[in-house]
Amino acid sequence: MTWIGDNWPMIWDQLREHLYLALIPMVLGLVISLPLGYVATRFSWLANPLVALGGVLYSLPSIALFIVLPAVLGTGILSPVNIIVALTIYAVSLLIRNVIDGLRSVPEDVLQAAVSVGYGTLRRVLTIDLPIAIPVIFAGLRVVTVANISMVSVGAIIGIGGLGELFTLGFQGGFLTPIVVGIIFSLALALICDVLLVGLQRLLTPWARAVAPVKEATV
Amino acid sequence: MIQGLFDFLGDSVNWSGSEGIPTRLQEHLLYTLLSLLIAAVIAFPIGLLIGHTRRGAFVAINTVNAWRALPTLGLLTLIVLLIGIGKLPVIIALVVLGIPPILASTYAGVSGVDRTTIDAARGMGMTGREILTKVEIPIALPLIISGLRSATLQIVSTATVAAFVALGGLGRYVIDGLGVRDFPQMLAGAVLVALLAIVLDLAFALIGRYAVSAGLTGRRRKNINTSTAPAPAGAN
Repeated sequence: MTWIGDNWPMIWDQLREHLYLALIPMVLGLVISLPLGYVATRFSWLANPLVALGGVLYSLPSIALFIVLPAVLGTGILSPVNIIVALTIYAVSLLIRNVIDGLRSVPEDVLQAAVSVGYGTLRRVLTIDLPIAIPVIFAGLRVVTVANISMVSVGAIIGIGGLGELFTLGFQGGFLTPIVVGIIFSLALALICDVLLVGLQRLLTPWARAVAPVKEATV
Repeated sequence: MIQGLFDFLGDSVNWSGSEGIPTRLQEHLLYTLLSLLIAAVIAFPIGLLIGHTRRGAFVAINTVNAWRALPTLGLLTLIVLLIGIGKLPVIIALVVLGIPPILASTYAGVSGVDRTTIDAARGMGMTGREILTKVEIPIALPLIISGLRSATLQIVSTATVAAFVALGGLGRYVIDGLGVRDFPQMLAGAVLVALLAIVLDLAFALIGRYAVSAGLTGRRRKNINTSTAPAPAGAN
């Protein structure tokens, strides 16, 4: 505990770095995979190749991607951009499947009802398709967020890894405390983000909670 | 930089000896398969038990989810500091990371088997053991294999990171390259690891294709339809 107090400024910096290295890719991944997933549901021959490509990209070990990307992007090996791009690639390759499944889970009669009461395509996608797809998309988003938070640490090996730097520090000094602190903070961060996402999902889908009481009332 | 990569891969010095690519690849493959085997031996029966009896599922699933959030580098450095440098602590860490995906998918596969299918099997006089081995495991096989695939990828990836705590394998190129700022060497290690991951993943996909019962995949459905299955009702 005193170790945490003595080193708080450093831990706080790493915590902040960790959070933005994990969350920016999550947001970017969502921003990229939503339109991509929509296009794949419109042109359904695209769906399988996209999901398969996602599978291959997801199978690449993170440390490999962190090192290959600078060669491809022309960034320095110590640039945080590599980590952000790598985790964004993972996020998209995982989310694309959920976005496609989510959009496909919208019942056909709902779509037809929306069109027949005069919804244009854009308005229908934003106000009908997307809200109905939220549970499936959020399931993917939660996995991405937790996985990203745990993967950021690997970056510490090449010098940028948020809380992961506590692991390299502890290992090189033969000192357990920073490692244990790093693991606990990293787990706590993942848990908090997961709880926040569940809360956000509940806020965005108020009808999901309304279903149970209504059913009881009609039985 | 890309030229440097080809120079490294094209240099015959890097293809022989105890630090050559074949040796490193062999080490990496050995650690991966050994850890995967141990993880499967531990996780598979537990997953089957929970899935078959449907007891303890809540605890198992939440533990597995929390496990996913565990930073691999943290676990690795922790175990090595506790036990000491060597192959054993690293293998333990790899096994620990391989268990959750196998356990979760085995449980999900077995518990996801349709209740009516199990009732039918029981109605035909199958015992609990027969139901498990002849009905539940074959039906759960696609999910079980996908769990093995995730575990393999996790282990291949972490075995690379393990070079940081003095393990052999392809990660050595990454860590040693980093130490002397030899970027082509790091890049070669990264590319080789990525290739290994893709090849292993494809191998599992292939195993899945041929191991899973045709009754599930519909692979030979055409034959079955024309030879034995009766015409669907309303076809005339």
